[in-house]
Amino acid sequence: MAELEKNAGHFLEVKDLTVEYFTKEKVVHAVNSVSFSLEKGKTLGLVGETGAGKTSIAKSILRILPDVGARIVGGEVLLDGVDLIALPEKEMRGIRGNKISMIFQDPMTALNPVQRVGDQIAEVIALHNEGKKDEFKRRAQEMLELVGIPRERYSEYPHQFSGGMKQRVIIAIALACNPALLLADEPTTALDVTIQAQVLRLIGQLRDKLGTSMILITHDMGVVATYCDNVAVVYAGGIVESGTREQIFDHPSHPYTVGLFGAIPNMNEDEEWLHPIDGLPPDPSNLPKGCAFRPRCKYATERCGEGPIEMAETPDGHQCRCCNLEAVIKGEKAK
Amino acid sequence: MTPVIEAKALKKYFPTPRGMLHAVDDVSLTIQKGETLGVVGESGCGKSTLGRTIIHLLDKTDGQIFLHGEDISDVKGRALRQVRERMQIIFQDPYSSIDPRKTVEFTIREPLKVSKKYTREQINELTENLMELVGIDMRLRGAYPHELDGGLRQRVGIARALALNPDFIVCDEPVSALDVSVQAQVLNLLKKLQQSRGLAYMFVTHDLSVVRHISDHICVMYLGQVVEQCPSKELFRSPLHPYTRALLSAIPSVDIHRTGEPEILEGEITSPINPKPGCRFAARCKYATEACHAPQVQEEVSPGHFVRCCRVNEI
Repeated sequence: MAELEKNAGHFLEVKDLTVEYFTKEKVVHAVNSVSFSLEKGKTLGLVGETGAGKTSIAKSILRILPDVGARIVGGEVLLDGVDLIALPEKEMRGIRGNKISMIFQDPMTALNPVQRVGDQIAEVIALHNEGKKDEFKRRAQEMLELVGIPRERYSEYPHQFSGGMKQRVIIAIALACNPALLLADEPTTALDVTIQAQVLRLIGQLRDKLGTSMILITHDMGVVATYCDNVAVVYAGGIVESGTREQIFDHPSHPYTVGLFGAIPNMNEDEEWLHPIDGLPPDPSNLPKGCAFRPRCKYATERCGEGPIEMAETPDGHQCRCCNLEAVIKGEKAK
Repeated sequence: MTPVIEAKALKKYFPTPRGMLHAVDDVSLTIQKGETLGVVGESGCGKSTLGRTIIHLLDKTDGQIFLHGEDISDVKGRALRQVRERMQIIFQDPYSSIDPRKTVEFTIREPLKVSKKYTREQINELTENLMELVGIDMRLRGAYPHELDGGLRQRVGIARALALNPDFIVCDEPVSALDVSVQAQVLNLLKKLQQSRGLAYMFVTHDLSVVRHISDHICVMYLGQVVEQCPSKELFRSPLHPYTRALLSAIPSVDIHRTGEPEILEGEITSPINPKPGCRFAARCKYATEACHAPQVQEEVSPGHFVRCCRVNEI
């Protein structure tokens, strides 16, 4: 009973999500049994390096993985208790862009270059609402103003906009139907820092105003520290550590998370040398048995190679997928 | 000491249908042996053009360039080829700056072959040394770029730049395409090579934490002009130009306990085509007054700290 009540609080719950890409020769294990949950109005940061599977997680929530060559092997994505994975495609279409929407990384390619920007916003509204054309146009103009673009620019084309303004248009499209969940996939990676600050502030303001929950995908630890409530660290398609922002940044406990923080040049201290993580991420079509980080981990023991590693609780109460937690926290290397 | 590289009032304009694009406008700088000058700024501010103009990949519009005190501003032909051996560049994108149809070994050998200074045996030996130096395993000598990851590919780019033993290397966003764990490997390699060979670097990047780590001096560029120039530590301790302050404040910090709201600039970078004579940042600057619309001069506010802002003493 207690369990049920606890689950009722979660607005989005992803359970054991597993995604594979396949060719004739091999199977790429992109997402391996990923579970997390998100409360209403909160922002979860998914961090990890290139190819860790962050985007695949977001695309499977929205079910926009390619038809050929990719499959959701198992798991559930529960949005207000409804499993999106099991939903017929027709019903899923009513959810995309309406209840859940996504902001893509590259504002230069996410817009249609030969359609007026205003019409691209109105299109989403028309798709999910009944009404007259004029009404859609008026609402699209309101959305433009909401993201700080004068409504007079409704009839311009994407090439007449700068990168930061294109990303604002994409935000307007994503928020046009007032979604309950926003998936932002590296929304500012293609932008300069001063523009990044503007765009992230805008997303944050609109999120608070509209009460939207958000999953923010990024490789930038600074962005996570500034804009997220909770953090999940993704490595080789699995979540290795998750907790609140404070828990992860004050007490990183997984050797990968610790390594990631160590590799970032420190803005406050002078160090002669950086501390890279030795080696490279594993080939996702040939993942090592047990812990995927084991070949690069200086704390690795024999136990790490035996079967799947369970999530363990750290002293401050967050989740970490490591079987040598005590040694890592004390900083004792394996022999 | 004679600096390795010195630029005086360097200008590079590009003609466009709408007028002259001032990509680099009146930039002066010096880089000493074994030192790194970091050049930071947002996309389109002219930082890459500056690096490329200095090493003669682009022809300057006006100004002078000196290599070890020797004026190389207008060298041409054979003299230019000789100068080029001493100045090299590492590009941002290791995926597009290396020929996808040539092996790792071929790419590294090519500059040695082109220089016509070495015998075949010497080239073989030098290539092996270079691969070892940058950490590419010999078994990868026959590999093609698509078989390598980003970090290894960038090592090929570094080996190629080092082949002719240059004095000066322009590093144009060399780690921007790499993940942080690999970025740290490449930055350490660049630093190690600098220490062992006394190389002078010009390190062009938009990433301020990287530039802080690697640079001795830093130039902050905005729309073709250097707005602030000083030793690296001083820039981060006491930034003076309003743009530098906004730039530093806009970086999302990994320090979650940082207090204070970031200062967020309004508006976007204005057009570099036919800019008005005054301060180019004035349109976005909260301190801007009438005086800012007059041409700005670079002032030395304290020894070695240059700022291009007429209100620097008031703010």
